[in-house]
Amino acid sequence: MSFALPPYAAALGIGIEPGAEAPVLWFDYSERVSGRPGFLHGGAMSGLMEMAAIAALQAELDRRGETMRLKPVNVAVEFMRGGTEQRTFASGTVTRAGRRVALVNATCWQDDPAKPIALAQLKVLLSASE
Amino acid sequence: MTAADAPQSLHDLPADFVFDPGRASRMMTRGGHGGWLGIAYQNHGSDWVELALPWREELVGVAETGVLASGPIISLMDNATSMAVWTLAKRFTPHATLDLRVDYMRAAQPGKTVIGRGECYKLTRTISFIRGIAHDGDPLDPVAHVIGTFMATHGTYL
Repeated sequence: MSFALPPYAAALGIGIEPGAEAPVLWFDYSERVSGRPGFLHGGAMSGLMEMAAIAALQAELDRRGETMRLKPVNVAVEFMRGGTEQRTFASGTVTRAGRRVALVNATCWQDDPAKPIALAQLKVLLSASE
Repeated sequence: MTAADAPQSLHDLPADFVFDPGRASRMMTRGGHGGWLGIAYQNHGSDWVELALPWREELVGVAETGVLASGPIISLMDNATSMAVWTLAKRFTPHATLDLRVDYMRAAQPGKTVIGRGECYKLTRTISFIRGIAHDGDPLDPVAHVIGTFMATHGTYL
């Protein structure tokens, strides 16, 4: 797999494991990811989901044997539940990856993948890499 | 008030406390995610707050280029816009981010501090509407634009 976690992900203690469809990323609760008392910071969730979205897209491009430069255009995040003091997971789904633009959704969950705590939708510009 | 009985968290503030962005930022960024990121208070007006996020190696999103990850920028804007809400409301009301959209104009320059300017443009009893920009020196050449909403979880804004 060609997805290498950047320094930011390493500093947050983000782990990555292969999932059924796309890689699953996670981090454990710590002071580093806490927001209001007892809850996960929305920015930390967003960071994890963005990382998961990029990992999913990279995995899809790898399956196709394509090497592309990725440039995020925008991200929209919806927060549905407060994240509590436990391990947090995120995984992405490539909704559409054309030749120039990819749309990737990501979900963030704790106890149950069917009960996401947040959703993200990331738009990424694709360009040929040398 | 002595340091010993100074509130340790915004949640310990008395109900009649008039929100002071400078003091609250120091409290809010003492620990937690904001503290780890190194977010610091810069400036504020009646409906806006500026916070700074100094560049550092640990926050890099693309190792080869040294460009900051987008996660820290989202956190910076989440914090700056939250502070803008409480500044406009003139009090601290616990709230949760409902949604946040970030448009990335360009990558932040490696090594440069990113300034997040959050603004609250509308308050209702339970919802606050926010927008803001992140820039790395020139507000007219932003790194990102954000827009979003928060919901008061305990009590009301107005």
